[in-house]
Amino acid sequence: MKKPGPSGARLACVFLLGCLLFSFPLIALFNVQGRVFGVPVLFAYLFAAWGLVIALVALLMERRD
Amino acid sequence: MLQGWVIVAASFAYIGLLFAIAYYGDKRAEAGRSVIANPWIYSLSLAVYATAWTFYGSVGRAASDGVGFLPIYLGPTLMIVLWWFVVRKMIRIAKTNRITSLADFIASRYGRSALLGGLVTVIAVIGILPYISLQLKAVSNSFQILLQYPEIVMPQRTGELDVMKDTAFYVALFMAMFTIAFGTRHLDAAERHEGMVAAIAFESLVKLVAFLAVGLFVTFWIYDGVGDIFSRAARQADLRALMAPFGGAAGGYASWVWLMVLSMLAIVFLPRQFQVAVIENVDEKHVKRAMWLFPLYMLAMNVFVLPVAFGGLLLFPLGTVDADTFVLTIPMAHKAEVLTLLVFIGGLSAATGMVIVETIALSTMVCNDLVMPVLLRIKALRLTEQRDISSLLLDIRRAAIIAILMGGYFYYLLAGEAYALVAIGLVSFAAVAQFAPAMLGGLYWKGGTRAGALAGLAGGFLIWMYTLLVPAFARSGWIGSEILSRGPWGIELLRPTELFGLSGLDSTTHAMIWSMLVNVGLYVGVSVLGRQAAAEHAQATLFVDVLRQATEPRAGSRWRGTISASSLQTLLGRFVGPARAAELFSTYARERGFEHAEQLEGDGELVRYVELHLAGAIGGASARAMVATIVEEEPLGIEEVMTILDEASQVIAYSHRLEEQQRELEAAKRGLEAANERLRELDRLKDEFVSTVTHELRTPLTSIRAFSEILHDNADLEAEERQRFLGLVIKESERLTRLINQVLDLAKIESGVADWQSARIDLREIVTEAVGATSAIFRARGVSVETCLPAAVPEVVADRDRVMQVLLNLLSNAAKFSPAGTGRVRVSLGAEGREVRVDVQDNGIGIDAAHQAVIFEKFRQVGDPLTNKPSGTGLGLAICRRIVDHFGGRLWVESEPERGALFSFTLPAADPVEAGLEAAAA
Repeated sequence: MKKPGPSGARLACVFLLGCLLFSFPLIALFNVQGRVFGVPVLFAYLFAAWGLVIALVALLMERRD
Repeated sequence: MLQGWVIVAASFAYIGLLFAIAYYGDKRAEAGRSVIANPWIYSLSLAVYATAWTFYGSVGRAASDGVGFLPIYLGPTLMIVLWWFVVRKMIRIAKTNRITSLADFIASRYGRSALLGGLVTVIAVIGILPYISLQLKAVSNSFQILLQYPEIVMPQRTGELDVMKDTAFYVALFMAMFTIAFGTRHLDAAERHEGMVAAIAFESLVKLVAFLAVGLFVTFWIYDGVGDIFSRAARQADLRALMAPFGGAAGGYASWVWLMVLSMLAIVFLPRQFQVAVIENVDEKHVKRAMWLFPLYMLAMNVFVLPVAFGGLLLFPLGTVDADTFVLTIPMAHKAEVLTLLVFIGGLSAATGMVIVETIALSTMVCNDLVMPVLLRIKALRLTEQRDISSLLLDIRRAAIIAILMGGYFYYLLAGEAYALVAIGLVSFAAVAQFAPAMLGGLYWKGGTRAGALAGLAGGFLIWMYTLLVPAFARSGWIGSEILSRGPWGIELLRPTELFGLSGLDSTTHAMIWSMLVNVGLYVGVSVLGRQAAAEHAQATLFVDVLRQATEPRAGSRWRGTISASSLQTLLGRFVGPARAAELFSTYARERGFEHAEQLEGDGELVRYVELHLAGAIGGASARAMVATIVEEEPLGIEEVMTILDEASQVIAYSHRLEEQQRELEAAKRGLEAANERLRELDRLKDEFVSTVTHELRTPLTSIRAFSEILHDNADLEAEERQRFLGLVIKESERLTRLINQVLDLAKIESGVADWQSARIDLREIVTEAVGATSAIFRARGVSVETCLPAAVPEVVADRDRVMQVLLNLLSNAAKFSPAGTGRVRVSLGAEGREVRVDVQDNGIGIDAAHQAVIFEKFRQVGDPLTNKPSGTGLGLAICRRIVDHFGGRLWVESEPERGALFSFTLPAADPVEAGLEAAAA
């Protein structure tokens, strides 16, 4: 039986990466004052990590096998 | 321009537009050209997740604890990565089993348990009420604030509550009407609402555009970009704290993580999310694109939350304006009227989208899994005997929608004021999270039992009520608030917000920890300790292994026993309407190769078909109960079923083969019998032949011997006498020789070893020659011969010598039996159709009718042996007939006694067409 879609292992990796990025202790590293391009570090980090996860999923789901 | 009537008119115009879209979507669906069958619409419909909570509440949350609003969107982003496994599996199961709701799903998984379906429904309805009240609060607040324009006044509830003057009540009523009009126009067997999905997708666009507009307005119109907002905020100490909130405003990391877990579960188990993601899914491939498109939507929706929140905090003096209303009040403060109206419409779309889908999903559950199972069990109502109760089903749903929205309104009255939007929503999230163990366990663990699911759900739900609902009521003053500080009956250990002394957590985290502990513990514990019924096990296998099965897996239930097809059709007709039932039955009949539904038999397959369609209308558990009322089914172990199926199919295969073989055997037997009969006949003929031949040989031999003895014994015989006797001996010897030759000839012909020479011959030539050859005999007997030959006859394919033999035989017979002296023989030849015919006519003694048939048999001669001694061998005509037969012709005689005989034979012409032409020409 042919298996459409991406491999489970890759998706699971993205999931685990997301879990890591969005939780303690990594977010604690960015829980500091200071700004990157005018945006508070924590805000910038969270949105960047969020964007990264979305981009990875898009890459996995949209590429042609 | 923002008078009350403008706002109301704009709202109604917007709702009208939604109806138009829904109507268009339904029309297209009916025409088979679905507008929602693409991953973009699917992703947008998933965005029903973003409600008034997101639209107004996120900013409120951000204003109080910085990034605290984010886990609600990060959780789903993570969860959706796993959708390819989890939700795709649910979609597959839902399609296979015609699941209509979350309750139906869980009930079906655990052996179509009506009790479990009912419990899930109760939990879902009660759990979602706070969430609905949140929408009502958001809409009525925004409406009230807007009415005060250009003043910015927070709505205050006066001490005296008058429901009739409460905006939220009218909002609830209006939304109920709206949802009824939207979702219960007709009963769909699959519970799919294409028009609704199209409208929801449109609403998702509207709220996104509205929110982005506010974000851009605040960031780039009021302030000078994102950097400007944050650098201004950084100058204020309280706002500065929000930029690194952990350990301060946002509490610990634990509640951050728990919020994420909670929202991961909510994105799957909220009834409306289940509805759009699973039930309304058109093609499971759409999940693929939604997996990144939907998170992207959430990102876009949230990207301006922090700038707006900080902008609002900078703009308004602390405490004067509720942060939950910043999205609306900032444009109002800057007199941006069009934007303000757009924001109001955006908030309305966020709220209506949620309310429509949620209440439709809940009303389906209430109807199918709570009310119908009860009504069907009340025998006095005789529901099982009514012809058509599809309108009753719709009425139940309409009533359920009104009840749910009124419930939401009363929750708003009781507890709405005490909490911010997000806090209210989280109570609902915690409630639907209770479905997670039973659902996920049901998807991946075959061992989960009905009892385990019941215990887990009930336990978790009770803890949820105690730790979240009770405090909410207590805080609003509905029940005494001392329960929070001192615990029930003064037992501090049982304080709802610090159960068993677990303190230092926010209420949601606290409730989640305890309820999940109890829920998972009971689910796993009871499942492990208990046993599964066979039906449960069958369903468990079906659900867990769904992705491994072929696209059309076998029965979810297997029925034994039989029932007439018409009673099944009547049953289905009661719930989906008789016309639709007839249509479904004829479709089924056509698929099975029958012409009419009347030809169907009520076998297990048909029962299952009916059950599936009933499940679409009234849910799996009720469908099973309904079918069970007319089908007598015995309880059956799954192994037993499998064995029966295996055995039955084998037996069927065997018996088919046996029948086949029996038919072949009978045919062979008949053939053998015929052959045997033929052999007996041949044997008898052979015996007869041998005895006849022996007899015929003996006659001339006896004569020869007698004359020889006379000659031997009487030496003194006169010369003349001696000469006569010797002549007789010679004549008899000749006859003997002829006889032996003919016997050999016949034997050769009959055994098929005769040497036939086929060639094209002209019969005229042969006739002339034969007459010539026999002229001596005719002259000797004084018989005249006359030949009558046409100018031309078609050629025939035959052996020249054999045909000559036939003619000679006929002519010599004619000579023999014609009266001496006066005899006349006439030989004629002619073409007849596709044959050439030869006639030999004499005027002899003739043959009576009784003998005409036998003269062609061997050794049969006509005449009285005593008086009229035959002079032939009795084989001539037999040989002639065989020769003529061999070349495809016929030989026969026409005669009457004393009137002569006419012997005729035909032979097929070599070229029939040519023969026909020539015959026509002649």
